[in-house]
Amino acid sequence: MYAQMVRSTGTLKSRAEMTPEEAAFQDRIDRGERIEPQDWMPEGYRRTLIRQIGQHAHSEVVGQLPEGNWITRAPTLERKAILIAKVQDEAGHGLYLYAAAETLGVSRDALIEDLLAGRMKYSSIFNYPTLTWADIGAIGWLVDGAAIMNQVPLQRTSYGPYARAMVRICKEESFHQRQGYAIMMKMARGTPEQREMAQDALNRFWFPALMMFGPSDRDSVHSAQSMAWRIKINSNDELRQKFVDQTVPQAEFLGLTIPDPELRWNEAKGGYDFSEPDWAEFHEVLRGNGPCNADRMAARRKAWDEGAWVREALAAHAAKRAARPVAAE
Amino acid sequence: MAKDWPLWEVFVRGAHGAGHRHVGSLHAPDAEMALKNARDVYTRRNEGVSIWVVPSAAITASAPGDKGPLFDPANSKVYRHPTFYDIPDDVGHM
Repeated sequence: MYAQMVRSTGTLKSRAEMTPEEAAFQDRIDRGERIEPQDWMPEGYRRTLIRQIGQHAHSEVVGQLPEGNWITRAPTLERKAILIAKVQDEAGHGLYLYAAAETLGVSRDALIEDLLAGRMKYSSIFNYPTLTWADIGAIGWLVDGAAIMNQVPLQRTSYGPYARAMVRICKEESFHQRQGYAIMMKMARGTPEQREMAQDALNRFWFPALMMFGPSDRDSVHSAQSMAWRIKINSNDELRQKFVDQTVPQAEFLGLTIPDPELRWNEAKGGYDFSEPDWAEFHEVLRGNGPCNADRMAARRKAWDEGAWVREALAAHAAKRAARPVAAE
Repeated sequence: MAKDWPLWEVFVRGAHGAGHRHVGSLHAPDAEMALKNARDVYTRRNEGVSIWVVPSAAITASAPGDKGPLFDPANSKVYRHPTFYDIPDDVGHM
């Protein structure tokens, strides 16, 4: 999802292999208790969570870029105000998640430096370009829709600060998906050219959206430990299936065609059969070779470097104010 | 590279006259900026009518290991709750 292929630290231990602390910790998780920052936790739990939450935070922030591309070109003033509000939400989501990661003993600046140095990743989906206004609709509908699919169960994740961040994010995410679908409805019911743009956006974003859930379960090697720790709740394929089942009728309502000739309802399983995305492409994008990886990272580095003087000036101003004698106030 | 800005805890009073509730945290160079940032991050949808920001470093928390000694003694003191007392229905609402 927004955190794909997070390497889990440590292999899954049997009860007999656990230390008394580890066993007591696992018992708390099995009872559905929340782990809080000051509680004892295995080092692997802490490190895996920092990677997962950090990657999720980076995705929110980098995710502003494809949409930011259309703020100056939104078709109406109202659409523009809505898009600004959505992009601003994404910045807030990044902040909630960085704050959750920081409770695990890592600083936000260190996480940002890891991203800029290429040591941490963000979701593959944001390495695809937004070529037309319909892409903004497709992103809200499909990308935020896929994100919600993953984030709703994470509201029950074992780590308290992460779960609470997810509750806030889920509340706001529903506006994102609905505004995207509203754009798609407008375009799908518009002129033939607008319909074509909507179909084209669906064609380009369908498989990248399916990739958001991560590799197929048969290749997903990091899940067992994360599931035992309840920092991953559902398997990748479970969520992908749920997403397809939910989205196909929405596409039908729009009168658009899912770009998959293999897509068909399977009565026996009560869900759709569908083609898997091109996993070779997925791995290439994660490796940094997607259509926009270089642009995205360049934009983040530019923002970080060119904002340095602002961060420093505000800190200097605060230090000067703090040093001033109280009598002078 | 400049040091991280200090961390602040944010408390917001909802519109219904309740107490301030902890909603999250953020970084800011000083209290004034912390308030401005808290307004932008935590009250974009009319979540509140008042904000407190407190330096995270100023908060003293109870230790998780003290949970038992601190809170368990209350469990046996059921007489502190009104439902402990049986009042006959004839007495009327009390």
